[in-house]
Amino acid sequence: MRIAVIGAGAVGALIARELCRYEAEVILFEREPDVGWGVTKANSGIVHAGFHDEPGTVRARFCALGNALFPELAAELDIPFRRTGAYVLAFTKGEFSTLRELLVQGEANGVPGLEIHRREEVLAQEPWVNPEVVGGLWAPTVGITLPWELAIAATENALKNGLELHLSEPVVGIEVSRGRVRAVRTDRGRYPVDAAVNAAGLFADRIAQMAGLDGLFLHPRRGEYVLLDETTGSLVNAVLFPAPTPVSKGILVLPTVEGGLLLGPNARDLPSDAREATETTREGLEEVIAGAKHLVPGLPLHKTVKTFAGLRPESPQKDFVLGETKVARFYQAAAMRSPGLTAAPAVARWLAREIALAHGLREKGNFNPKRTRIPHPADLPEEEWARLIREDPRWGRIVCFCNRVTEGEIVEAIRRGARTLDGVKFRTRAGFGRCQGGFCTDRILAILARELGVAPWEVTARGGGSRMVLGEVRP
Amino acid sequence: MRVYAVDVLVIGAGAAGMAAAAAAAREGARTVLLERGERLGGVLEQCIHPGFGLHRYREELTGPEFAHRLRGELEDSGADVLTGITALEVFPDGPKVKAVSPRGLKAFSPKAVVWAAGARERPFGALRIPGTRPAGIFTAGLAQRLLDLEGFLPGKRAVILGSGDIGLIMARRLHLEGVEVAAVLEIQPFPGGLTRNVVQCLHDFGIPLLLSHTVAEVHGRERLTGITAVRVDEHRRPIPGTERHIEADTLILSVGLIPEVRPIEGLVALDPVNRGPRVNGWLQTEAPWLFAAGNCVAVFDLVDTVAELGERAGAAAARYAVGELPAGKKVPLVRGENVTALVPSYLDGAAEGARIYLRVPRPLEGVTVDLGGVVRRPVRVARPAEMIGITLDGDALSELSRREEIVVEVKRSG
Amino acid sequence: MSEKKLVCVSCPMGCELTVVLEGKEVVSVSGNRCPRGEEYARAEAVEPRRVLMTLVRVEGGMDRVVSVKTDRPIPLRLFPKAMERVRELSVKAPVTIGTVVEKDFLTTGANLIATRFAR
Repeated sequence: MRIAVIGAGAVGALIARELCRYEAEVILFEREPDVGWGVTKANSGIVHAGFHDEPGTVRARFCALGNALFPELAAELDIPFRRTGAYVLAFTKGEFSTLRELLVQGEANGVPGLEIHRREEVLAQEPWVNPEVVGGLWAPTVGITLPWELAIAATENALKNGLELHLSEPVVGIEVSRGRVRAVRTDRGRYPVDAAVNAAGLFADRIAQMAGLDGLFLHPRRGEYVLLDETTGSLVNAVLFPAPTPVSKGILVLPTVEGGLLLGPNARDLPSDAREATETTREGLEEVIAGAKHLVPGLPLHKTVKTFAGLRPESPQKDFVLGETKVARFYQAAAMRSPGLTAAPAVARWLAREIALAHGLREKGNFNPKRTRIPHPADLPEEEWARLIREDPRWGRIVCFCNRVTEGEIVEAIRRGARTLDGVKFRTRAGFGRCQGGFCTDRILAILARELGVAPWEVTARGGGSRMVLGEVRP
Repeated sequence: MRVYAVDVLVIGAGAAGMAAAAAAAREGARTVLLERGERLGGVLEQCIHPGFGLHRYREELTGPEFAHRLRGELEDSGADVLTGITALEVFPDGPKVKAVSPRGLKAFSPKAVVWAAGARERPFGALRIPGTRPAGIFTAGLAQRLLDLEGFLPGKRAVILGSGDIGLIMARRLHLEGVEVAAVLEIQPFPGGLTRNVVQCLHDFGIPLLLSHTVAEVHGRERLTGITAVRVDEHRRPIPGTERHIEADTLILSVGLIPEVRPIEGLVALDPVNRGPRVNGWLQTEAPWLFAAGNCVAVFDLVDTVAELGERAGAAAARYAVGELPAGKKVPLVRGENVTALVPSYLDGAAEGARIYLRVPRPLEGVTVDLGGVVRRPVRVARPAEMIGITLDGDALSELSRREEIVVEVKRSG
Repeated sequence: MSEKKLVCVSCPMGCELTVVLEGKEVVSVSGNRCPRGEEYARAEAVEPRRVLMTLVRVEGGMDRVVSVKTDRPIPLRLFPKAMERVRELSVKAPVTIGTVVEKDFLTTGANLIATRFAR
């Protein structure tokens, strides 16, 4: 049986990996030159507990389940995951009563360990929090991860288990006949399939339309972020939420797994056709800073290293659209707005099982769930680093000084599929430190050109026309 | 891991580090200089324009030529030099420095360390400029390396944000190499770089300098397609209605340098304005075995000064290594009116020959630099781009070192 | 008589100079704080000269380019022509610092010399 998965974000990559557990031929299509570059790339990286979601929603069902799967998944895929816990902070009596509602809602959703903490307790845990705080809802199961690393790791692991990966290959058509999906067409060819899974993120409604389905409507909701450098992460211990509004979870302050602080996101609904509107705005960034300062007034904003925006898929029903559709063998994991990242492992496992059961797929005997990360020798014991250098001296040449990324790591990232500057950055963190590539961009460019066997002026930041340099000054 | 015992370990082989290592070795110290790059000279190698060395060598040299002179001095001094080796951690007890290179991990147990790691550029992200995140946005130093070291053409039409010296120099370099420079934008109402660079990099080639302007937004999905320039008011807030679109595939940023202090920032106090370690008249930090020199202390205007401070730090480190560096009562220097960068942070009577360097926040005419009421130096024109250096004679030093603190200020004369 | 305002660039002091000219003859210079200022003003008011710094193609080496300069200032008005000429030149690796890339560059009397090593 041949199954196509459309979209290699965290959701699609995890679905592809889960399908690889079964006796099936799995093809993963991605329109971008790399995995995880859509909704996944600009995400808060929070593994939610599940108290924000109204009981009875699909979100509520999968969020706590997904959260529970994360420790094992992170261990299998060797990706960073840290249970920091979270506080929802209340600054008024009204907000304090919201905390109680969230606690009740969370317990109904099966969220463990929720507690309401008084002001003193919150400030003892989080001394940088605004002292006007009146209390907080403590959620110990909330964690942080790297969303794009999850997509990369899941894809790498799926590749090891037989996945066929097609990058830079947008799906342009879904062939349906006699009520059943028959083939997937891309800009490069036609692929006959026995089933297809729509995990196309922001573009899932368009893929659904290709299959003749018209019930899915998506529009982008933009969230802007401000990232502070790796010396700031210790200011807070847990993910800090404000009391939620009916629209969103609000603007947060959270430590990142890389040691920085992430502020954001705001939430701005955009017209349905603004699917690439990932620009930041003055008002948006001001809103993010004001919101973050409300929670933590003493934020060292002069340590900002970057600002960015991401788009999340929103649907009128505000809930995930999961499972088989009225087109037989056409499945969806769509409208995966927050907590989509958290839910993804549970959604992927459930959906793959549904497909396997429906089509009588047997589990492979030799599925290997383990993937190992690219070694980061600066974090390894000295003997191990020394051994790597003896094997290949490039593990001793530091390329990115801020994050101490070696040439060995960059070469390994390229071996694993990085084709662009961003591909290297997202896999190794080279250029993601406080100088933001000021010292290493030229060095990474040279390594990419050498390893890919292309001229440096053919190397791009992220595919397409995003060339870094245009040619030689003395051709 | 092998541990190497040395007298003085110098980290960073730019102008400060090379001068420091040479001076320490000349004092008789067993000296090792570590450089993370493949060549010695630091940023000098990419600064192919003239204007270096007028004070130190009494001639006008280009950056690589200045570096070459220093390499000669270094060679003659007998200091050991290691390249391609990155200092990872500096431990206070010992002291000990851990480093890595393609040859493996090494540790050094020096008696004194000179930190001379230079500065990094303030990145685009730090400015929180709204818009897209296309390719084609470079810090000036990166653009300079791509063009003048690697020989790549970074773009076809450029806008430069920030009129610091590197920005001005890049405007001229790009113009000469056939890249159209649409404008240089400066958020302040006066140029950030030296006057000679405004004249010789912009006026000479008719490149417009837009003062009180900044970039309101960047445009383009893959490669930059343009920017929105906007005029700002005296509080640097954009003035609505003054926006204009400038087409460009390249945006070059010259918006400030930040002293590089990463492995030492947990060890010693930093000056909040300089953003480098607080040092005394010997360039000694609050950890007595750790010295610092050059742009990692504060951002200096002239490489000649950087080399001079490197020499002073290297020689002092060598004396410290043999227990011969005199120490007196630490007297803090306190910023008064109109002082931004200020080096050193302390004085003591033992630091003979100490010089005080400072910058003003905006152009000032007819002013006097006042050091604790003891030294008064009139300055006809003080500009933020140019550091003011004041040498203290023995009398002034001994008078100042009796104080509890020394207020440094720049006041209107008379 | 005419007056020209210049900013002296002989050193970073940036003295503001006033040059009084009688036709092409310099009558007086004021505002300078050293003799080099006067020298600069006399030359600048009549024919501004600059050191040209740029790159020359390297052949048969690891480096693509080597940095060069004119070993003395050349007339600023010749810069466009100079850049045209520079684009035609190349040097064979290895190049040592100080190597003369072109003698009597554009018949200015200045030599174009390498300011860096190239491998």
